Amino acid sequence: MIMATKLKLEVVTPHGSVLSDEVEEVSAQGSEGDFGVFPGHVPFITTLKVGMLSYRNGNDTKYIFVNSGYAEVSPDKVIVLADSAEKSEDIDVERAKAAMQRAEERLKQAEKIDFARATAALERATIRIQLAGKR
Amino acid sequence: MPGLKEIKRRISSVKSTKQITKAMKMVAAAKFRKAQARITELKPYAEKMSQVLSSLACTVEEGHPLLQARPAKKVEILILTGDRGLCGAFNTNVMKAGFNLIRETQKAGKEVSVSAIGRKGADLLRRRKFTVRGRWVGLSGRATYADAQAIAKDIIENYMNETFDELHLVYTEFKSQAVQKVTVSQLLPLAPMEGSSCPPDKADDKGEYLLEPSQQAIFDQLLPKNVEIQIFRAILDAQASEEAARMAAMENATKNADDMIKKLTLQYNKARQAAITKELMDIVGGVEALKK
Repeated sequence: MIMATKLKLEVVTPHGSVLSDEVEEVSAQGSEGDFGVFPGHVPFITTLKVGMLSYRNGNDTKYIFVNSGYAEVSPDKVIVLADSAEKSEDIDVERAKAAMQRAEERLKQAEKIDFARATAALERATIRIQLAGKR
Repeated sequence: MPGLKEIKRRISSVKSTKQITKAMKMVAAAKFRKAQARITELKPYAEKMSQVLSSLACTVEEGHPLLQARPAKKVEILILTGDRGLCGAFNTNVMKAGFNLIRETQKAGKEVSVSAIGRKGADLLRRRKFTVRGRWVGLSGRATYADAQAIAKDIIENYMNETFDELHLVYTEFKSQAVQKVTVSQLLPLAPMEGSSCPPDKADDKGEYLLEPSQQAIFDQLLPKNVEIQIFRAILDAQASEEAARMAAMENATKNADDMIKKLTLQYNKARQAAITKELMDIVGGVEALKK
């Protein structure tokens, strides 16, 4: 079998395609742990955590925020299906900060809130802000 | 023949109607373009989703409740219409297909429940004395993926509780600006996936998919997502079709108004001339009478 030297990485959401590119390496956070993919990887499918996905071309590494989804990995391509996704340079930091504040306030009032929802919102916001710094 | 004044009044009324239909056409055109763009945005996701599903199907051993057909005693029919009228036969066509399906299903001795997305459909069903189980309205033009998720959640819950054993979707498939087709498709149980048969000789080359965390866990998330996508797609299709239908209807209305104005203007001029002729005759008659 001829090994491809590049992977096709596609990130798509219901509101459009976020990325479609040829890359050398992809790393992402699966629900069972982080993983890295080089060309020729064993095919697998995994669910993704809310988190970041990075891809590398030469020395150039870029980051994408991925809001839960799946990755299908085959030897020559990686397809990511996410509820939403943003490139690190497209992240709206102000909005994320506002969301973080809202979530924190809600968590302080402990009772009568949807704890899971607030925590999830806080997590999303935190990761967005982290990633925004990495552009 | 109606009087001059009356014709004049009708002309101006038709003119203002024409202005409205023309404006509505422009609005529909703008909304249509937006809806079309949203369909294009969803497309890659939907395609990739079915790709993932079909490659997953290669490794499937055990079934999943959403995939398993059970004897269909109770059938749910979900009808997608618009929220507003003035779009030609758009809503009527969908409802006609819906009522046909209801009748056929009842004839086959199955129990039918109905749900509706879109105010027009929901209202008509209620007028026809149906109990509308699920009713989602006010989505026109601003349906988000979250809306589709909410609808899918309700549907899947009810399917799992065996409120119904089958779900059929009646919606308008968007083909192009000129062609929209009313379509009936079965949503639940999910139809066996296309290309789910994996040729055995290719198995070595492709290798089995490793699944993380487990096949069950992935199915539990992926299949409902597939339902969401299909509903979202149907909603977007219906919306694009609705606006396309409205555009065509308003275009026709504007054209008809033009014809009407032309006809009325002709009538008006004739009436005016007749009045002038009559006046002249009166004057001439009067002069003749004075001469004597």
